[in-house]
Amino acid sequence: MVERMFVEGNEAVGWGALAADCEGFFGYPITPQNETTNWFAREFPKRGRVFVQTESETGSINMLMGGAIAGARVMTSTSSPGWSLMQEGMSHIAAAELPCVIALVSRGGPGGGTTRHSQMDYMSTTRGGGHGGYRTIVLAPSSVQETHDLVQLAFYLADIHRTPVILLSDGIVGQTEESLDVETIDFGPVPDKEWAFIGREKHMNKTGSLVISTGGIPIITPYPTYVSYIQHLKEKYQYITDTEVRYEMYEAEDAQLLTIAFGYCARSCKEAVNMARAKGLKVGLLQPITLWPFPSQIIKEKASQGCKFLVVEDNQGLMVEDVKIAVEGRAEINLLDISGRHLPTDGGMIMPGRVFEEVNKLL
Amino acid sequence: MSPQKQAILYEEKIVAQPELMMMIMPFACAGCQNQTVSRIIAECLVELGVDGQTVGIIGVGCAGSLVMTMNIDRTMCAHGRPPDLATAIKRLRPDTFLFTIQGDGDCMAIGAGPFIAALTRGERISIIMCNNSCYGTTGGQMAPTSVSGQKTATSPDGRDGAREGYPAHTAELAALFKGTAYSARGALNTPANYQRTKKYIKTAFQKQIDNVGLGFVEVLVACPVNWHLSPIECLDWIEQKMIPEYPLGEFKNIDQID
Repeated sequence: MVERMFVEGNEAVGWGALAADCEGFFGYPITPQNETTNWFAREFPKRGRVFVQTESETGSINMLMGGAIAGARVMTSTSSPGWSLMQEGMSHIAAAELPCVIALVSRGGPGGGTTRHSQMDYMSTTRGGGHGGYRTIVLAPSSVQETHDLVQLAFYLADIHRTPVILLSDGIVGQTEESLDVETIDFGPVPDKEWAFIGREKHMNKTGSLVISTGGIPIITPYPTYVSYIQHLKEKYQYITDTEVRYEMYEAEDAQLLTIAFGYCARSCKEAVNMARAKGLKVGLLQPITLWPFPSQIIKEKASQGCKFLVVEDNQGLMVEDVKIAVEGRAEINLLDISGRHLPTDGGMIMPGRVFEEVNKLL
Repeated sequence: MSPQKQAILYEEKIVAQPELMMMIMPFACAGCQNQTVSRIIAECLVELGVDGQTVGIIGVGCAGSLVMTMNIDRTMCAHGRPPDLATAIKRLRPDTFLFTIQGDGDCMAIGAGPFIAALTRGERISIIMCNNSCYGTTGGQMAPTSVSGQKTATSPDGRDGAREGYPAHTAELAALFKGTAYSARGALNTPANYQRTKKYIKTAFQKQIDNVGLGFVEVLVACPVNWHLSPIECLDWIEQKMIPEYPLGEFKNIDQID
């Protein structure tokens, strides 16, 4: 059944999580994601689901680990300074290969930065922000509907790959109200969580008591050696890289210039593409849905076809590094970064008109 | 001990390994009493009949290493964070029995935040803290619980209150919180203290079974290697240095939180 409503992106996180049968949420107040935490506090307990306001984001991430160990679909949400606090826990969750979802509503940094939007957490999400060289899937919505849909995809990918998945939103997507169709999306079956902690008695016939180690006591590791364990993680990341790349193309078929943007900047680019097409300019948009794994192959192909690129991102120029890696010097890459905001303040945005202006210069 | 003698002792149940222990860790130091705390926990879980529902969360350090060999669902986690994991599992799966085992550094230094937060929320979990007055695993550094004047790797001139602060009283602190159902401090340096400590841990566990509130027990444990004393000398040191600073007994024991 589809239910239509008019909500913020931050609340769409909640509706999507509920549609995905999320059982528990652990969160700490931080702007600009407070609507998410408030939504779960309001909507979860009355449905018999778990909401805990934590003592800090380190508390959130470790409760998330506990909830995942219990075999439940669980999530947390935060913004950038809280995301920094979560990195140790993220490393442990990645080490223990636990499925869970983290919604990150990016704000301006570094430090306390601003409580308004930005896209400055690209590196810390796509590279594994904590210690130990792990990777996590990163999904980037650009609208309220995409937020709701990608939260559900995040839970699915987390379960099938036994990995934490990050939903990377931003202050604009999170606090914009749009119409939303709430509906459970069926992605297919997920494996049973035979490893989940429910007390030995309940799963005795299968595996006896269970142990999860995130290191420290090497003899407990279920892999014969430390290196074989690291090799297993590496192979898993490679498999995800090979199978889970997702992106959206808009007017890209014959494009001579391809804008590349995620989050709210993808919306600005889409509008700029419409403006350019109205003038007969062959411009398109490539919107990565997965920031990791990054859609390198399609960019490489477009570069080989002689396509130029304009990377638009509301930060210092971070994703452009992945584009450079994909292009390998085959094509021209241009960058429109935070200096392209319509106001030089924390409230400034990269507007469609500014992107169109840049497009005009390049074609 | 000869195999024949060991067989006799086991046969007559003069000594035995608790049934929950699947193996004995080969790397515990001689005279370490962290392992004794784990033994008591293993016995209490079986005696209370909750071992089949139990999930154990083990902090970083020596304190809970033996719990990794128990036949229960068990995991280690980030340093100081066991109360967070225990909270989530207990809330999502209320039929499980949750205990954490943590050292004094894990619980009262790096983990003071989650510990205080769990006390504040009155989580239905049990927290067992081993107080050996130092950081055992890393080589005997000063802990919040080091006693005044104690020489450690990071207080080589002896802990001076004006410079390095004063001993932290965890069991007394835990008793201050409204959500705490039980708080006690025991020791293992005499048979009588051992029996009392076992009673404390069992009572703390019972508070969770009865769904009253958080149960906390601090246990004073010997660390011969880092105290640079023999196991026997350690027992005297606990009596003379630790117990005067950290009095034994129950600090809170209630059956209902109003």
